[in-house]
Amino acid sequence: MGPVLAGVLQLLALIAALALAYVPLGNYMAKVYSSDKHWRVEKWIYKGIGADPDTEMRWTAYLRGVLAFSAVGVLFLYLLQRLQGVLPGSLGFKSIDPDQAFNTAVSFVTNTNWQSYYGEQAMGHVAQTAGLAVQNFVSAAVGIAVAVALVRGFARSRTGELGNFWADLVRGVVRILVPIAAIAAVVLVACGALQNFSGIHEVGQFMGGQQQWNGGAVASQEAIKELGTNGGGYFNANSAHPFENPTPFSNLFEIFLILVIPFALTRTFGLMVGSVKQGYAILATMATIWVGFVALMMWTEFSHHGPAFDIAGGAYEGKEVRFGVGASSIFATSTTLTSTGAVDSFHSSFTGLGGGITMLGMMLGEIAPGGTGSGLYGMLIMAIIAVFIAGLMVGRTPEYLGKKIGSREIKLAACYILITPALVLVFTAAAMALPTPGNSMTNSGAHGFSEILYAYTSASNNNGSAFAGLNADTQWFNTTLGLCMLLGRFLPMIFVLALAGSLAEQKPVPETAGTLRTEKPLFTGLLVGAILIITGLTYFPALALGPLAEGLAS
Amino acid sequence: MNNSVTNTARLLGAGLRALLVLTLVTGVIYPLAVTGIAQGLFSDKANGSEIKSDGRVVGSSLIGQQGYGLDYFQPRPANGLGENSVNTQYKLILSGATNRSGDNPELIKWVKEAKAKVVRENSVPGYTVRPSQVPADAVTSSGSGLDPDISPAYAELQVHRVADRNDLPVAQVEKLVEDHTEKRTLGFIGEPRVNVLELNIALKELVKGS
Repeated sequence: MGPVLAGVLQLLALIAALALAYVPLGNYMAKVYSSDKHWRVEKWIYKGIGADPDTEMRWTAYLRGVLAFSAVGVLFLYLLQRLQGVLPGSLGFKSIDPDQAFNTAVSFVTNTNWQSYYGEQAMGHVAQTAGLAVQNFVSAAVGIAVAVALVRGFARSRTGELGNFWADLVRGVVRILVPIAAIAAVVLVACGALQNFSGIHEVGQFMGGQQQWNGGAVASQEAIKELGTNGGGYFNANSAHPFENPTPFSNLFEIFLILVIPFALTRTFGLMVGSVKQGYAILATMATIWVGFVALMMWTEFSHHGPAFDIAGGAYEGKEVRFGVGASSIFATSTTLTSTGAVDSFHSSFTGLGGGITMLGMMLGEIAPGGTGSGLYGMLIMAIIAVFIAGLMVGRTPEYLGKKIGSREIKLAACYILITPALVLVFTAAAMALPTPGNSMTNSGAHGFSEILYAYTSASNNNGSAFAGLNADTQWFNTTLGLCMLLGRFLPMIFVLALAGSLAEQKPVPETAGTLRTEKPLFTGLLVGAILIITGLTYFPALALGPLAEGLAS
Repeated sequence: MNNSVTNTARLLGAGLRALLVLTLVTGVIYPLAVTGIAQGLFSDKANGSEIKSDGRVVGSSLIGQQGYGLDYFQPRPANGLGENSVNTQYKLILSGATNRSGDNPELIKWVKEAKAKVVRENSVPGYTVRPSQVPADAVTSSGSGLDPDISPAYAELQVHRVADRNDLPVAQVEKLVEDHTEKRTLGFIGEPRVNVLELNIALKELVKGS
């Protein structure tokens, strides 16, 4: 069997596994967010928080909960890093500098997990396990909570109430993320991932001498890192590191973890709005883009155009032998079409066009299938844009899921889709115009520009992967990328929740013969087209200067 | 005004309490429970898959090593590997890739040099390596810089040199490589591979026994 066929078979196996999980997980999550009952452990937690989980919140109250919880999260994680030097259980590692601590705190709270630090030499056990890994859970749960609030906005009528943020947050963590992550972590240990609390480990080497590596709670962090579409590696090499991702099977399993919740949430959505077919239409849109991107990525990586790859006889730079080109292509596409940013191979050393595909995946807004929760709400915003475009074509007030898309709704949706392109393009332009940021580039020419474009694309879309040749540990990059992550996460959430509030207040519009059938393949086609055209028009000039220039030259 | 300050304070207080409680669940109980299970069921793996030779620990079977002499099988290049620059009381291996693009002059130079070296070192009397025989993994650095494996093709390529240097029959070394070649999981997951450290440990035993 050749590597191409093996790559395709791995893709098919992955699709089969995701399909098997789709209905049970989607149904389960719908139950989690619809149930009236509280688990006993949840009641204890609510008592600890001092919040009543049964109080319904309007969108403003829901948003205040999101922002307060996240603000406290940033501050706590910042202090944890700044105080690392005096905290016990930190291997004697020094405290992190202010700009890097700010960047990292924001990065993990916003579900980005951009890393300007080297995990193995900078973060001790306490910072990793009680700081970074905790945000892996809660930032993912916040994302799902906001998505569920939007879905409730569609499902409910004549009320402004969107549910209770604390209940949604706690249930996401306790009922969904912790149980799946615990099982996944044990599977990863069985493959060879580390899981201990020993200090720096020193062993002999074959040719004499010693080598040192960090111990730590690697597998438990790895599991939630993928499941919560976070992506911040315990080690610098992330999921390319054999202690994070030891075998070909663990690799495929990690890709599965990345994709399983975002895809299954479309089922949850369908159930909650009372039509699983609406969920299938969204699923079909996500799946079409994801499969298409994987196919393109495999094609360009296997054909390995580029001077160094031509001489080497394959695009193996930055890729591990155990994964090969096929599985690395699936991982790279899946991590950038979600908000994950974990890598099992290094995107900077992909072919020019391959690097462009990873960037384009993020530029779509990470909606195919996107991050936990953020993928679903991002896709629903695009669906609103698509019905609006369709409405313009036939001269009819657009409707989606029985709700009118009026001027308030379309304004909020438009604001949502303008934020990240504005952040990416303005900050990239600023970095290129200023004299010093360019010094951080490792590569020159088109690829050097791509390093910076990639960084702002990744930060603003809360992805976290990098063209890692860029030395991002400077005050300029730590600060501006931190701002991009903050604004790129919370401004969209504000618009999503405002939209949810306004939808929930409406009375439903009865379906007529003239209503656009949004559960049909025609709508899926329209949606895919709208996504590709809007993103293409926004980013084409920037992409032409970077990855396209590099890819077409080779 | 005063009212809104109190409300904000109350809200932030709730946020802080939520964070602390969830830190207890996800940052203390969860990792400890997983560690307990991991240490109970798979303690060797959870502690780094250490591997022994002559009764001495010689590394982890998952972590590739550099610096093997030419008597042994060579690993992939690791140009992206670093040494720790902070917390220098330790000498930690710093995993990493080169992050060079396909048109990067430095990468082109590294690949050319690595290819010439592989051809030169593995051509022994009676066996000449052609440049086109050299597989891609032999001349490129991995993502982690710690890739424990090489492709079976690269191992094959080194058989004549290793046999020659250790005065072993070629067929015997070929058999050794074959025994240490791991196929794709279930026939299609990942790529076939040879673990360099395990292969070299076996080679050392073979030399000692002959």
